[in-house]
Amino acid sequence: MKASTTDPLDIEHIRADFPILQREFDGTQLVYLDNAATSQTPEPVIDTIAEYYRTYNANVHRGLHQLSQEASIAYEEAHDRVAEFIGASGGREEIVFTKNTTESMNLVAYAWGLAELGPEDEIVTTQMEHHSSLVTWQQIGKKTGAEVKYIQIDEEGYLDMDHARELITDDTAMVSVAHVSNTLGTINPVSELADIAHDHGAYIFVDGAQSVPHQPVDVEAIDADFFAFSGHKMCGPTGIGVLYGKRELLESMQPYLYGGSMVRKVTYEETTFEELPWKFEAGTPVIGQGIALAAACDYLDEIGLERIQRHEHELAEYAYDRLTAFEDITVYGPPGNDRVGLVSFNLDSVHAHDLSSILNDHAVAIRAGDHCTQPLHDTLGTAASARASFYLYNTREEIDALIEGIDDARELFA
Amino acid sequence: MGLGSDMYRQQILDHYKNPRNYGELEEPTFSHTGENPTCGDTIQIDVVLADDEETIEHIAFSGDGCAISQASASLLTQQLQGMTLTELHELDRDDVIDMLGVEISPMRVKCAVLAEKVAQDGAKIHTGDIEIDTTQTE
Ligand SMILES: Cc1ncc(COP(=O)(O)O)c(C=O)c1O
Repeated sequence: MKASTTDPLDIEHIRADFPILQREFDGTQLVYLDNAATSQTPEPVIDTIAEYYRTYNANVHRGLHQLSQEASIAYEEAHDRVAEFIGASGGREEIVFTKNTTESMNLVAYAWGLAELGPEDEIVTTQMEHHSSLVTWQQIGKKTGAEVKYIQIDEEGYLDMDHARELITDDTAMVSVAHVSNTLGTINPVSELADIAHDHGAYIFVDGAQSVPHQPVDVEAIDADFFAFSGHKMCGPTGIGVLYGKRELLESMQPYLYGGSMVRKVTYEETTFEELPWKFEAGTPVIGQGIALAAACDYLDEIGLERIQRHEHELAEYAYDRLTAFEDITVYGPPGNDRVGLVSFNLDSVHAHDLSSILNDHAVAIRAGDHCTQPLHDTLGTAASARASFYLYNTREEIDALIEGIDDARELFA
Repeated sequence: MGLGSDMYRQQILDHYKNPRNYGELEEPTFSHTGENPTCGDTIQIDVVLADDEETIEHIAFSGDGCAISQASASLLTQQLQGMTLTELHELDRDDVIDMLGVEISPMRVKCAVLAEKVAQDGAKIHTGDIEIDTTQTE
């Protein structure tokens, strides 16, 4: 029986699904707090990959033999499963498999952006974008002459919505915004931004890399025109990302990559393209990874995203409270009760990289650096920060281990 | 445990907390800066050459960053005092790591070698062998 949405997670049970969490380093058990970078992979997903390679590995859409039929059906149905997972009622036709969020972003930037944008257009994005979106729009801006504008963040790390309303005008062609900041942990009001964008005839691209793994997402409730995320951050394998696009938009766009699989009829002079979503999946696609991503959706749904979200909220609040109790620690982003399960911070006396190396001695894995948000770090006035990020299998005891490691670093550098 | 703990032996912490030759020189023969863009470590090295245009008479560094990058710079400036530019160019990354006297985890090597690279590039710019604005280590 599926647990109710408010039942706490059975952590012991969940941890048993993730063999990697049993790893020890010199007798100390791994404390994995780098989930915003990539999540660990549960047995059912690993089994799905193994089963695919063991029993029905074949190229899709091509062969008429049994294996190819099995692989094709599983691969196509994986698109439907992912569509269902994010509330895309159009099913597979609105779901393109890519290799990651970054490629999904580039697909839209090239297939839509290069074709549609010109010097009279503006792209509005935010100060807290990941490089995957910031660099992409910046470069598309250079190629097309479109101007890129950045919605400011306020002192607490929230988007300044007055500034958003100021920047988004009838000249705006695209609003591109992270659903959840991978550095600040801020949850952005994306459906409000979608309304503002649509009021001005602009499209909205939502980067869901940090939301889809951790909370229920409904792309139609948001009214996103495009939505992207990565499999490897949501219990799936690496090498698979998703681009959701409204059907009529995807239909109107030209392909981004050309080649086999995406074509219908080819002559020396002309080519007609396949239907959605295949016209955007040139060459042999990410078959095993796509099928495994559907298994990751099953895994997360089975546990329940509301429950996962609640669990991470509790961990985030606990970590926030423990970290902010120290005067020599600066925590970036909104208050503990209004953020997702990640906390970026700096310890006054210890550089983030040194801290991370010392935590590594405690078998505590965190991220240290710019988290692919260099301009945001400039805005925050620091080159680097340390980031602990949580997922369904993390515990309070692991946050205690983090704090102990920090205490150790402080002492070493005193 | 792990690779890291060894990295923070007394020598490194000492040089990080009490850097030697820290600061800027009044009239350097050459001065050069470098950074690890992804870490935010920065190092400036100032050198005064003797009249032979070859011997390092005075050297100082300034900068900001992790303990490994700053301690390496401090240790390096000690070592370079009185050396020739030819000897400076003969140093490679292993020499710096030997000087640190600890094992450096692979991801941190770029921090350790930053100062050495800045000193070498600074000298090469001075002698007209290369033309760059800043040094970056990956
Ligand atoms: C908010 C956000 N957007 C985009 C990405 C890029 O994801 P990927 O590296 O899988 O393309 C990440 C993660 O690294 C992220 O956190």
